[in-house]
Amino acid sequence: MSMKITDLSMSYGKAKIIQDINLEIAEGELVALLGPSGSGKTTLLRLIAGLETPDSGNIMIDGLDATKWSVGKRKVGFVFQHYALFKHMTIFDNIAFGLRVRPKKLRPPKEAIEQKVMELLQLVQLDELASRYPAQLSGGQRQRVALARALAVEPKILLLDEPFGALDAKVRQELRKWLRRLHEHLHVTSIFVTHDQEEALEVADKVVVMNHGRIEQIGSPIEVYNHPVNQFVFSFLGRVNLFRGRFQHADSASSVGYIRPHDVMLSHEPRNESDMKVIIKHITQVGPLVRLEAEDAEAKNAIEVEMSIQQFKELNFSVGETVFANLEHIKVFQNA
Amino acid sequence: MKGKVLLISISLLFIALFLLFPLLVVFSEALKQGIDVYIAAITEPDALAAIRLTLITSLFVIPINTLFGLMAAWAIAKFNFWGKSFLISLIDLPFAISPVISGLIFVLLFGSAGFLAPLLDDLHIKIVFAVPGIILATLFVTFPFVARELIPLMQSQGTAEEEAALSLGASGWKTFIKVTLPNIKWGLLYGVILCNARAMGEFGAVSVVSGHIRGLTNTLPLHVEILYNEYSFVAAFAVASLLTLLAIITLILKSLMELRFDRHRSENQIKEGESV
Amino acid sequence: MRNRFAKPSILPGFGLSLGYTLVYLSLIVLIPLALLFLKASNMGWQQFWETVTAPRILASYKISFLTSFLAAGINAVFGLMVAWVFTRYSFPGKRILDGLIDLPFALPTAVAGISLTALYASNGWIGKYLDAFGIKAAFTPFGITIALIFIGLPFVVRTVQPVIQDLEKETEEAAATLGASKVQTFLSVILPQILPAMLTGFSLAFARALGEYGSVVFISGNMPMKTEIAPLLIMTKLEQFDYDGAAAIAVVMLIVSFLILLLINFIQWRTGIRGSMR
Repeated sequence: MSMKITDLSMSYGKAKIIQDINLEIAEGELVALLGPSGSGKTTLLRLIAGLETPDSGNIMIDGLDATKWSVGKRKVGFVFQHYALFKHMTIFDNIAFGLRVRPKKLRPPKEAIEQKVMELLQLVQLDELASRYPAQLSGGQRQRVALARALAVEPKILLLDEPFGALDAKVRQELRKWLRRLHEHLHVTSIFVTHDQEEALEVADKVVVMNHGRIEQIGSPIEVYNHPVNQFVFSFLGRVNLFRGRFQHADSASSVGYIRPHDVMLSHEPRNESDMKVIIKHITQVGPLVRLEAEDAEAKNAIEVEMSIQQFKELNFSVGETVFANLEHIKVFQNA
Repeated sequence: MKGKVLLISISLLFIALFLLFPLLVVFSEALKQGIDVYIAAITEPDALAAIRLTLITSLFVIPINTLFGLMAAWAIAKFNFWGKSFLISLIDLPFAISPVISGLIFVLLFGSAGFLAPLLDDLHIKIVFAVPGIILATLFVTFPFVARELIPLMQSQGTAEEEAALSLGASGWKTFIKVTLPNIKWGLLYGVILCNARAMGEFGAVSVVSGHIRGLTNTLPLHVEILYNEYSFVAAFAVASLLTLLAIITLILKSLMELRFDRHRSENQIKEGESV
Repeated sequence: MRNRFAKPSILPGFGLSLGYTLVYLSLIVLIPLALLFLKASNMGWQQFWETVTAPRILASYKISFLTSFLAAGINAVFGLMVAWVFTRYSFPGKRILDGLIDLPFALPTAVAGISLTALYASNGWIGKYLDAFGIKAAFTPFGITIALIFIGLPFVVRTVQPVIQDLEKETEEAAATLGASKVQTFLSVILPQILPAMLTGFSLAFARALGEYGSVVFISGNMPMKTEIAPLLIMTKLEQFDYDGAAAIAVVMLIVSFLILLLINFIQWRTGIRGSMR
């Protein structure tokens, strides 16, 4: 299903939850709505589902104006953050629910329902737990049931609200890969909401970065990471070093420079005139990377640098050493 | 939307029929013959005696049951011991027993053919068909109220604050007064209000125990019955209206406190809070 | 001994508070109740059985039981409706009406009794209309049921309300996304969750109704074999100084109440197992 959202806005009392949202989603895309808490991403998702009503703007589904369509009419599959499984039904009954409540004419025969449910259970690798109750499952398992339940009604678009938010880190990683594979297998247009930029970058085809109810940038993961259009996107998508003040080649007196820790090149001898002279204060290894914290001589500017363990071993820095930081990859933004 | 309006209408109709109308009827009947007759009815000597007796009963019952409630809640909420749930069920007992039976058991104990009759005769004490009996019966039916409010409240508050106070050197008594009491003051007040409403309004239990001696052992509810049974309808409703006003005030106070002290109101709160 | 009975604690006053509580309960509750059973057992089994199965008494059980059951049932249905409406919707006057629901708790039963009688007597506000249809309310089991509906309503509403409040809205939304209509959602998702509370409320209303005296004696007319309720019979026996008889009937009523209490506890225990997932 393809979707086009035009000038969508919604307020709650005086607070503008989302403002002037314009977004296009192509058939089969896997899109991430990424942003901090309060950015409006969940509200946008719910508006798409039909669980909320916008104040203005429209939503087109496959070329038809769906703004006033009810939830049922939009044929969405919604996976809730806390799963919303029916506690008093078995896993099997939960997944079969959408098929069983169809009006008599559209309802598939009992055997067809059973077959479909078992297929889905196998798809999500829970076929042995069909007769269990939600309370007897782990968080990751419940999440997969919620997904299977949404898929059972063959939705045209799959909407996931922070699907992995409530799970352990390891389980999260596994499910991320699993979701990606599932999408490749099913090709259902999917939108998921997350505040975890790593998740968005790893899983999505397209990332929509949101803040304070507005869209900051839309692009592929590589695009939004390497070519952020403003300060917010830059700093939200990864770690940053911030520099204020005057810059060469800058038009305005007050600008801010952003550079990622892994774009800072450290060397024992200065390579350029503009290289920054710093003293290394702290070195730690964080997983596969080495992180160095350094300060300039007057202790006014601090800088964080990342490099691979390999690079660190080759360059062999130590605490207290004076080194030179090359900032040529810095991106300068004008401050409003 | 239509379904919503229908549901609201039916519910409101149901409430009007079963709750609102009975309320309005009391006042309508009481004032049927004008305000003078109304005032006469409630200032008549027997009525005044009934008012007095009702107040005296409450005056005794409330402090005694409040003390019980505090004691029981302290033991149950702050300590773990075997038999706790049984104790809690025991406290709920009066709610499960018909008021008539509540009165009956005291008649059996203190009545003229009762178990303690010979002893009482010797001491020239009359309990049944006298004020002490009324107080006892009322104690029985109202003792759960304060306890039931305090127990879940104190359970949910836990023991951390009291332990902190003790560790800082406060005595047990001081801890209770300065730490526990302020935390439970609204629950306590709430329980007292409910206890009072029931104490003043108790009919069945008191009816069995009182002997219906006009001017002496009639509480307000009993007086209402007597008037009604002798067809003095207006007078009966006039006296009843006093009790109704009391009920309304109780409800208002109840609402105000619920606003102040946001809690789930559930009959089975103790049972739910049972396993700490 | 103390260590096995109670967990040691630095909080003072355990002995005092527990002791006071137990003494109080013994004096006010346990001893008088024990006496009741003692008295009833004095009669000997034969006489006991004869007393409690006399026709008039059996008739009173039937009336008490049927009217209480019916009233509790009606309260279960309408109580659910009222609880739903008050939790989910807003409308003018809601706050006041919500307070009104507790009226049967606060109003003395005698007052309820005479006012309901006045309301449903042939010349009463509602009785008038019923009369026009040939329906008599006062002095019939119908009237008794009406009184029992009055006193039982808050039990259901106040038990069910918190459960409705705590319902996870998301499960209803999930059902909507899966295509269920409002009715389907109510029946298959919402109702199973509130059923235990409804059963509890029903049982409470039922137990209360069985023992109810004040609000019923006026509207019932107390006609033996027809509208005489069991509690009234106890009263009658007492007035005739038939203490044994009164005790016997009381014992039967207590046993029934006790069974209902057990039922309530059972329901709560059972639903605690398949309880909340969070």
